[in-house]
Amino acid sequence: MYKVRLWAVKHSRGMERLYNATNPLVLGLLKGVDKLFGRKLDRPITAIEAGLKGLLFDCKMCGDCALSKTGMSCPMNCPKTIRNGPCGGVRENGMCEVKPEMRCVWVAAWDGASRMKHGDAIKQVNFALDHRRRGTSSWLKLVREDSDAAA
Amino acid sequence: MLRPEELGLNPGDPLPILPGHFSHGRFERVLRAGHFAITTEIAPPDSADPDEVFRRAHLFNGHVDAINATDGSGAHCHMSSLAVCAILTRVGYSPIIQISCRDRNRIAIQGDVLGAAALGVCNVLALSGDDVSVGDHPEAKPVFDFDSVSLLQTMRTLRDESRFLSGRKLDLPPQLFMGASINPFAPLHSARVDQFAKKVAAGAQFVQSQYCFDIDMAREFMARSRDRGLTESCFVLMGVGVLASAKTAKWLRSAIPGVHIPDAIIRRLEQAEKPRAEGRRIAIELMQQLAEIDGISGVHLMAFKQEEFVGEIVHASGVLGGRKPWLPASPLVPAASNPQS
Repeated sequence: MYKVRLWAVKHSRGMERLYNATNPLVLGLLKGVDKLFGRKLDRPITAIEAGLKGLLFDCKMCGDCALSKTGMSCPMNCPKTIRNGPCGGVRENGMCEVKPEMRCVWVAAWDGASRMKHGDAIKQVNFALDHRRRGTSSWLKLVREDSDAAA
Repeated sequence: MLRPEELGLNPGDPLPILPGHFSHGRFERVLRAGHFAITTEIAPPDSADPDEVFRRAHLFNGHVDAINATDGSGAHCHMSSLAVCAILTRVGYSPIIQISCRDRNRIAIQGDVLGAAALGVCNVLALSGDDVSVGDHPEAKPVFDFDSVSLLQTMRTLRDESRFLSGRKLDLPPQLFMGASINPFAPLHSARVDQFAKKVAAGAQFVQSQYCFDIDMAREFMARSRDRGLTESCFVLMGVGVLASAKTAKWLRSAIPGVHIPDAIIRRLEQAEKPRAEGRRIAIELMQQLAEIDGISGVHLMAFKQEEFVGEIVHASGVLGGRKPWLPASPLVPAASNPQS
């Protein structure tokens, strides 16, 4: 929802705290689930992630979540799906050139990042998406990357 | 001053790459030699006629150092940038190919970059591109597999690592002078220098800006860019527009997002007896003021539908300080008239 999304960016510092506090727990839990059930529970886990992040951030399930690096503003809501914005077409009032009724996702992102403790991550280049990941869970990706790295 | 032999004797031939240079091109040489450079834009024709490309380029002979060929600008269909550039290199022009991420995915783009380099095009400008919804084919599928920053990084991989993104090796890498666009005049102003820095980090060696009509804003942006050391590794060419009337200026400001034109400029055009001449005077003054700003290496003159005045504006501004940019001497260049008509 657009209004909730704007609220999340406005409270990016709080969202960052919440993320930092809950992330180890969620990943730990998912690691256990992954060990016990393998890929059997991927669909419900993905659905929970989609529901929760959809509600808060209008998440599009790109499969490579960048929220912590984009001021809690999901870049996939940009009509051009730019991952290193903003583009040059932002309106004088900060609204999107393609959707004049929507605040530019990247104006929101830099604004949100300015309030975050690790907001400087937005300054790093974020390379283009792997389109095979679309619709898959970023949480499970993190869990499995961790265990791959440990293996 | 560069001697003619340093600029290449046979205009169609690629120049040897000088130490510390990345491309075979004249444009990079002019900038690295410390000259104030001029670029302009050619509007690709709605035609399959190569002579029309030469006719349009002919207007810039001896006035500019490089010519940008737009890539479906405003999401409108025209002759491709790659084709325009390839035609221009035949007689030795120094074109800048614009690559927009709107219409092609990473497979097509990497292929085009190799193809462009093989055809003698060594300057590239990476753009995200206008959305299809603003163009003449709003029903088209927007691609946006990349954004401009990912595109820059990809071209640097091709050039410096001599491989595709997949890892597959190239037999000969493309020797590119890589550019990007900046818009210091659009929100979020605080992030615009950071955005510029990201493009430099991804490989931009020169940048061309959106129209600059606000000299104070340009000064402030350049001061912050200098503080970050960005102008040491990247040449900045500020965009200068030629406005035909107050009406055009108002239309640009309201219809093209990201174009910032202060009211004072519009008032000047409204009060002028000859608005078109006033528009050219504004461009000349802006060029002179921009040339004075530390860290600005040139201007990108956008004179859409006023291309015939480019020479007059450049020379009246005096920013070249007597230097005469290259012009084709080859008999291949057709006269300005159409032989069939």
